[in-house]
Amino acid sequence: MNFNFKHEWIETNIGLLAVLTMLAISVGGLVEITPLFFIDKTIEKVDGVRPYTPLEQRGRDIYQREGCYLCHSQMIRPFRDEKLRYGHYSLAAESQYDHPFQWGSKRTGPDLARVGGKYSNEWHVQHLTAPRSMVPESVMPNYPWLKATPLDTSDIAERMKALRKVGVPYSLTDAEYKANVAKFGETVAKQLHIPNAQQSLIEQANFGNYDGDRSGISEMDALVAYLQVLGTMVDFGKYKDDAFVNDR
Amino acid sequence: MSEQKLQSQTVQTTGHAWDGDLQEYNNPLPVWWVYTFYVTVVFALVYWTIYPSWPFGKGWIGGLSNITYVNSDGQTKTHSWNTRALLLEDMNRAAIAQKPYFDKVAAMSYAQVAKDPDMNGFILSAGKALFSDNCAPCHQAGGQGVVGFFPNLTDDDWLYGGSFDKIHETIMGGRHGYMPTFSEVLSPEQIDQLANYVASLSGIGHDATRAAAGNALFHSETAACYYCHGADAKGRKEIGSANLTDNIWLWANVPAASSAEGKVAAIRNVIASGLNKGVMPAWAGRLSPEQIKVLTVYVHELGGGQ
Ligand code: HEC
Ligand code: HEC
Ligand code: HEC
Repeated sequence: MNFNFKHEWIETNIGLLAVLTMLAISVGGLVEITPLFFIDKTIEKVDGVRPYTPLEQRGRDIYQREGCYLCHSQMIRPFRDEKLRYGHYSLAAESQYDHPFQWGSKRTGPDLARVGGKYSNEWHVQHLTAPRSMVPESVMPNYPWLKATPLDTSDIAERMKALRKVGVPYSLTDAEYKANVAKFGETVAKQLHIPNAQQSLIEQANFGNYDGDRSGISEMDALVAYLQVLGTMVDFGKYKDDAFVNDR
Repeated sequence: MSEQKLQSQTVQTTGHAWDGDLQEYNNPLPVWWVYTFYVTVVFALVYWTIYPSWPFGKGWIGGLSNITYVNSDGQTKTHSWNTRALLLEDMNRAAIAQKPYFDKVAAMSYAQVAKDPDMNGFILSAGKALFSDNCAPCHQAGGQGVVGFFPNLTDDDWLYGGSFDKIHETIMGGRHGYMPTFSEVLSPEQIDQLANYVASLSGIGHDATRAAAGNALFHSETAACYYCHGADAKGRKEIGSANLTDNIWLWANVPAASSAEGKVAAIRNVIASGLNKGVMPAWAGRLSPEQIKVLTVYVHELGGGQ
């Protein structure tokens, strides 16, 4: 070979070494991630998935703050035992508005991807306050402060603006609002409108009364509202059991 | 030192020297390692042709391996290998293994299932697993419930009825018991009279004159308790209003109170505050019809089935 390549060039030139090392280690990631932007089946086409309402989103923040993800995954895998226990496997579409997603793999407790509607609000409140009063053998910690702590609703608009920046279709302008009406229907679009955020949060909390206490809005209200919506957005009754087979 | 000298004679160096005399040995990889590496490369090539691998246009190359399954419409379909198709195939296989049982369950009446010794084992094991995953967090592992929250499913006192059909209806559609708050429409005095009357129905220590006044109120238009609980106070199964005459308590924590006054007070609290927290979730969309049938028989056999 006339080219006369010498390893020494790379090994004695720290800049070149850094650039080439970076190129070499990014190959694996690029090969796996880049195609996902071009494959049109990455996110399944299903009806019903919408961004979280302001109250649910605040519940989600509390879920992360308390580290619930350290013991709970939100990803039902396509295995028979998981289907029998938790229900339909999770779709990519169902977490398209999740930032960050809560898939996880650590399951000290059960998967929560479809826990919405499985229990009553009353049960969640009791269980989160004192898990062992409901499930004697549970190792889940008590979260007694959730019910006692009033929910801070003042910064919800800022939180939604941040999520809007990373692609969640919360609306700021009239045009965006109209687009949401077309996509999600008027009732939902209203709740996704940032200028109304605080008001719609309070309305949903008062109407739903998730923590069973009408005297105020607590962090428990938000967390239970979030848990009750998990996995309920897609109506799988509308789809055949092999409707999503072509997407993988 | 001597060992190093020996090595320097047999092993080549890479050829460069730093700081005058600092050299680097050139130790090639062992042959077995190199060949194992080549084998993994060949393995990858074979793997790529069998399983889905390379992205291509807007999709990907599916690979030569196929999976055949029967979908919910009964159509047989073949699809290139993926975990979702694999799940359907696995469900088919399990369905075939359990088919004799489920066919039998579907064909038999509830009463027959409950009596068939063959089915009993199946219901007990399948039902227990389903109950633990879905019902035990509320009704507890043995179905004994929690006073103040969730009814006992092992006794023969039923809010909504203990026949197979009623239990099936409860599990499919869920239930939500509702009793209005009486603290606003009745005076504390009236509520106390009613509580004494309700206590008297179950033979709990009470004040007889107050109970008599309560009896009148119970059947009057003012309180209208009889409207929901029936004139005999034995409850109406259509709305799940409790039988108030059997000394079995779900909401009023009578068993925990030691004195007669305490027991009456527990009843008083329930009448004053009303009830709206008895929510039994609906399982129709969450569990399959077969699973619900198994659970129906399982709950029926827990003790108090009618
Ligand atoms: C130390 C690990 C741990 C942490 C942290 C934890 N959990 Fe749990 N969780 C469990 C275990 C174990 C169970 C199963 C027993 C039970 O139901 O209590 C459970 C059960 C649950 C269930 C019922 C799921 C079902 O399908 O039965 C819910 C809902 C839940 N947890 C929510 C939460 C929330 C919300 C948080 C954060 C505030 C949280 N958990 C934090 C361990 C944990
Ligand atoms: C609108 C219908 C309705 C009316 C009116 C009503 N109840 Fe009830 N009551 C119910 C229902 C339904 C339950 C059971 C709730 C549940 O299980 O979720 C119940 C439960 C109770 C219980 C609790 C029983 C237990 O097991 O702990 C008591 C006590 C009671 N009622 C007393 C009364 C009295 C006294 C009155 C009249 C002042 C009255 N109820 C009027 C529907 C009614
Ligand atoms: C979130 C807690 C919760 C879960 C989970 C739950 N139940 Fe219930 N269940 C209740 C409550 C509360 C009632 C009483 C409803 C009322 O008061 O109106 C009830 C009532 C019932 C009844 C009627 C009892 C009667 O006296 O008529 C049956 C039967 C029953 N449940 C079976 C089940 C089965 C089977 C499952 C599992 C698939 C289940 N429940 C899961 C809370 C629950």
